[in-house]
Amino acid sequence: MSLAQLAAPEAAQSLHIAPAHHMLDYDAVPASIRLRAVEQSFQVRKGPRLVALSNIDLDIQAGEFLCIVGPSGCGKSSLLSLIAGLAFPTNGEVHVNDRVVTGPGTDRILIFQEHGLFPWLTVGQNVEFGMHMMGLSRRVRRERAEQYLQLVHLNGFRDSYIHQLSGGMRQRVAIARALATQPSVLLMDEPFAALDAQTRDMLHDELERIWKETGCTIIFVTHNVREAVRLGSRVILMTYRPGTIRSQLDIVLPRPRRMDDPRVALLAREVLDELREEINKAVASEFDHVPRS
Amino acid sequence: MSRVLKNLIFYGSILGAWVLLTHAKIWPPYLFPAPLSVWQSLQAGFADHSFWVAIGVSMRRVVIGYGLAVAMGMALGFGIAASRFLEQTVAPLLTSLQSLPSICWLPLAMLWFGLSEKAIYFVIIAGSVLSITISMESGRHAIPRIYSQAGRNLGAHGWRLFVYVLLPASLPHLVSGLKQGWAFAWRALVSGEMIVAGLGLGQLLMVGRDSNDMSMVLAVMLVIILLGWAIDGLIFRNVEGWFNRRWGLGATS
Repeated sequence: MSLAQLAAPEAAQSLHIAPAHHMLDYDAVPASIRLRAVEQSFQVRKGPRLVALSNIDLDIQAGEFLCIVGPSGCGKSSLLSLIAGLAFPTNGEVHVNDRVVTGPGTDRILIFQEHGLFPWLTVGQNVEFGMHMMGLSRRVRRERAEQYLQLVHLNGFRDSYIHQLSGGMRQRVAIARALATQPSVLLMDEPFAALDAQTRDMLHDELERIWKETGCTIIFVTHNVREAVRLGSRVILMTYRPGTIRSQLDIVLPRPRRMDDPRVALLAREVLDELREEINKAVASEFDHVPRS
Repeated sequence: MSRVLKNLIFYGSILGAWVLLTHAKIWPPYLFPAPLSVWQSLQAGFADHSFWVAIGVSMRRVVIGYGLAVAMGMALGFGIAASRFLEQTVAPLLTSLQSLPSICWLPLAMLWFGLSEKAIYFVIIAGSVLSITISMESGRHAIPRIYSQAGRNLGAHGWRLFVYVLLPASLPHLVSGLKQGWAFAWRALVSGEMIVAGLGLGQLLMVGRDSNDMSMVLAVMLVIILLGWAIDGLIFRNVEGWFNRRWGLGATS
């Protein structure tokens, strides 16, 4: 029994009941992503343009697990929106599999911090939503929803409604809903930030396993450095406004990793020291904006 | 102390005070009737079917009027949602019109339609259509952005985004708009009936006044209160509560 399981006995139990391995038919081919000289800025009322992202050059390999850390306000989320096609860069280009992103697509699914599940649908219908929009038949939808609910250990909750689930369960439904469209890229925007530590540890294990089973490219945004080191095969540190890439670190620690692994802690420390500088800049800049009487 | 007991004591003491006041004979009984005579008026009204007829007529009017108001209010709401032009022109007009009490439409309705059913429907619609449209409009803006983002991200766009995401997301607001519209329709109905129409609860109030029958007036008021409360409290509040729970908006989730 792992420490994470000891820490969350109930969750661990459900992990044991569910089969350890799934015969998952995941057809999607993981995608590579390329950002070139990406800049995004907004016109703020009565002020200079706010530059959220500046001069971002980034290559993400197919099947990579990339974690992005940075102080709040560094444009991490904007970066995900650009790749998701929910927003467009002011300058520069975003390519997914060598094609310019022109809009949202079910090959790139975003998972939000607040799950964004639809409360008027059951868990099963939520998972089927993307497939419904893709025009898949009811039978296929049903079958696949079942499969992905099993993947996140929520089979048996198909007919529940979102308000009946705990925070951790909701986030797992969101993961199942995202995966059910078989995206080649999974974009995660601080998905576990609102969860308690035990649930988060368990979801780290699940996400790592899902990443292995599906092989999809994951871009995971977080402000938790240790989480980034625990999960990522590469960690990118962004600067405070304008968001640029400050440094990056390949994480070659063996998997499955653990949050309390001293090697994880050590690497996290390194990143954290750099992050602190950026956080201090963020704090200083916010103090500057306090109106003086 | 349980809630029921508290309310028993509360209403019991009101009734007690009422009885004591009538026994004190401060005011003549034709101005301040005893609870018992109000109760007798109530019984008599239901026994000779005049109350039942009035309830039937009033309910029919309010159902038709409110039904039309819902249809028009929703059509207007969708129109405003779909057109930026309407949103910037009609919506502010509606908001300013809402400050007009619905009874103010009555003189206009009487000139246009005379003392007819049409005038009543007009007042009911004028009273409730605005609040339905306005709450649809404000509900649409209160939809969390995350729903449309998630919907678009999962491949919904155009009318499918509207039907499968935006519309269901706005249902709780729509329901509270309908509830508010109902309350306005009910008020408009009674005030309209008092002046315009033959039959109906409002008219019954005026019959009581004309015949100096205070206990009948109070009995009809009781009927109006109970009916309004029953529909608002038992139907609308439950539906609204159900939506808020399911949509995760309520305090108890």
